[in-house]
Amino acid sequence: MSSDKVLLDYGSGGKASQRLISELFIKNFANPELERLNDAAAFHIDGKISMSTDSFTVDPIFFPGGDIGSLAVHGTVNDVAMLGAIPKYLTCAYMIEEGLPMADLERIVISMSEAVKEAGVAIVTGDTKVVPKGAIDKIFINTTGVGQIIADPMPSGDRAAVGDVVLVSGTMGDHGLTILGTREGLSLASNVMSDSAALNHLLVKLVQEIPDIHVLRDPTRGGLATTLNEITTASNVCCELEESSIPVKPEVVGGCSFLGLDPLYLANEGKFLCILPQKYAKQALEIMRADKLGADACQVGTITDAKPGKVILVTPLGGRRLLNMLEGEQLPRIC
Amino acid sequence: MSLKILEQFKNPDLCKKLLDRLDKEVESEIRFMEVCGTHTVAIFRSGLHSVLPEKVIHLSGPGCPVCVTHESEVNAFLDLAGKDNVIIATFGDLIKVPGKKGHCLKNAQAEGARVEIIYSPFDALDIARKNPNDTVVFLGVGFETTAPIIAATVLMAKEQGLTNFKVLSFHKLVPPALDVLISDPETCIDGFILPGHVSTIIGIHPYDFIGAKFGKPAVVTGFDPVDILQALLQMVRSMKEEHPKVINQYQRCVSENGNPKAIETMYQVFKPSDALWRGIGRIPSSGLEFRDEYEDFDAIKVFDLKIGECPSLPGCKCGDVLKGKMTPEQCPLFGKACTPAKPVGPCMVSTEGSCAAYFKYKVD
Repeated sequence: MSSDKVLLDYGSGGKASQRLISELFIKNFANPELERLNDAAAFHIDGKISMSTDSFTVDPIFFPGGDIGSLAVHGTVNDVAMLGAIPKYLTCAYMIEEGLPMADLERIVISMSEAVKEAGVAIVTGDTKVVPKGAIDKIFINTTGVGQIIADPMPSGDRAAVGDVVLVSGTMGDHGLTILGTREGLSLASNVMSDSAALNHLLVKLVQEIPDIHVLRDPTRGGLATTLNEITTASNVCCELEESSIPVKPEVVGGCSFLGLDPLYLANEGKFLCILPQKYAKQALEIMRADKLGADACQVGTITDAKPGKVILVTPLGGRRLLNMLEGEQLPRIC
Repeated sequence: MSLKILEQFKNPDLCKKLLDRLDKEVESEIRFMEVCGTHTVAIFRSGLHSVLPEKVIHLSGPGCPVCVTHESEVNAFLDLAGKDNVIIATFGDLIKVPGKKGHCLKNAQAEGARVEIIYSPFDALDIARKNPNDTVVFLGVGFETTAPIIAATVLMAKEQGLTNFKVLSFHKLVPPALDVLISDPETCIDGFILPGHVSTIIGIHPYDFIGAKFGKPAVVTGFDPVDILQALLQMVRSMKEEHPKVINQYQRCVSENGNPKAIETMYQVFKPSDALWRGIGRIPSSGLEFRDEYEDFDAIKVFDLKIGECPSLPGCKCGDVLKGKMTPEQCPLFGKACTPAKPVGPCMVSTEGSCAAYFKYKVD
């Protein structure tokens, strides 16, 4: 590109825009549908479709374990896949602050293209806007994804049933703590990094082999606690969690303790929870643990009728307390 | 101290043994107060609240710095947040505390006020350096735990000639408030669990009066379940003594005389003053104000703020909750008009407030 910064010209729709699209986006996201440069994308999907959209505004845009580009792919691919679907196509809209270093944009686009290849999806249409300096913070990315639902019956948040078990695919809080720690310039343990990853291949294996998974969810913003509260409310059941079974890395426990945060409310970007009849638990765990993205999978709780709509945490002392939905954001405390 | 050793303070088997012992040694109903909000949260989060023997009744005290911040002080934050060229720097848990008409710093921020959430008061100095045309006001709320580091920040600002950094000192001191609380004939507390982190600064002797003047047992303790249970057991045993003395359960962090350097720094910048406590009122020598030689950093003087009595929130029983006269659930507003989404009083808004803890953690 002729400039080392993103200029307002690049969003003008004129020649500068064309250069940005062809020299950066098309080059990295290459696929026949995108290269047609039509106003819309045409594609075939048979049967029931899963569709999801998300806007990514993460600060900082680069963080240990990922960046806003790969995150924008992983987040939407995972959302589409959570209905027991094979994600197929993505749209991608960039909102870029004037003055963003071109090298940063290139790094984000390359990271995104790698994430797309790994997930086995294609970006088939997109949009670029450049806004005056100060109008947004560096770069926002929106992605929308569509996929083909292969699970029948389809997993859904309102299908958790008494007697089901709750599995998680790995450790909780890694992504959230990484982002907060990086944002605040805190040097937490060196191996705390985002778990951002596309889970679709593992999820497809699961839904192909387990005949009836009741719920699949990725515990992103609000973490495990908020996600489970959404499910217990939608299904009108109680979830009883064994605190000592919930995997959390010691360095995440330490970082959270230092900042006054709870890892169960921190975002995850490469984990999912799976609620299914107890008889399938062992098989599901075996499938999950055979994949590196599910190596730490374990059972963390059961669905009961004790307190419909509530999540109860059974502590290592045998005490019981509510694990409520978070009100607003977690804030560091005074002492 | 290694993480492995620290893990022992959460050991469930040890906790079960201590619970059994506690159950055996408590002869009749006892009411204990944990003064500190961090203890309140620890008691709920660990599930201790639900497994304590029924005879052991748990009350929360005035040890959450957000909860005891007076309405007039919150209003002062809000007045400052509306001024041109002022940046408010604060720890996160103050931004949702409601002041007049339910307004809070978070609303003020949405209306254009510049409010920065920081993790250390030294971060406020960075903000001041980067914004030389603005005045950065750090909200100095907290107890003896945070006051020394804020005093150190003031000393650094003075040394560096940073003139656009100010502190609104609404610090509170724990021992004078406890004295007032125990002197109240309506309070009925048998023993106290005292905040370990305050004692890392002040040591244990400022609490000697609890035994000497009131004949009540008091234990300075840490924040893990084993700490709290051992402290309760020590408290129960101490109740049987004729002249109970303050006990230091938290010896791994607290020395008898605390941290003299921190105390010296705190009193180099600040001096004791009367302070307003939410729900309790004015308590002599229970706050910290700037010494004359540091008055250039005093936001109250620089902005000529008037901090005085103002009407309490109608119906709010936070004062009675802070004094252990009622549990949060006995307040008629609890969980109805007052929830974390729409808090009436500070005990519901603070992450360490007892009402918020009951609402957030209690199963039944």
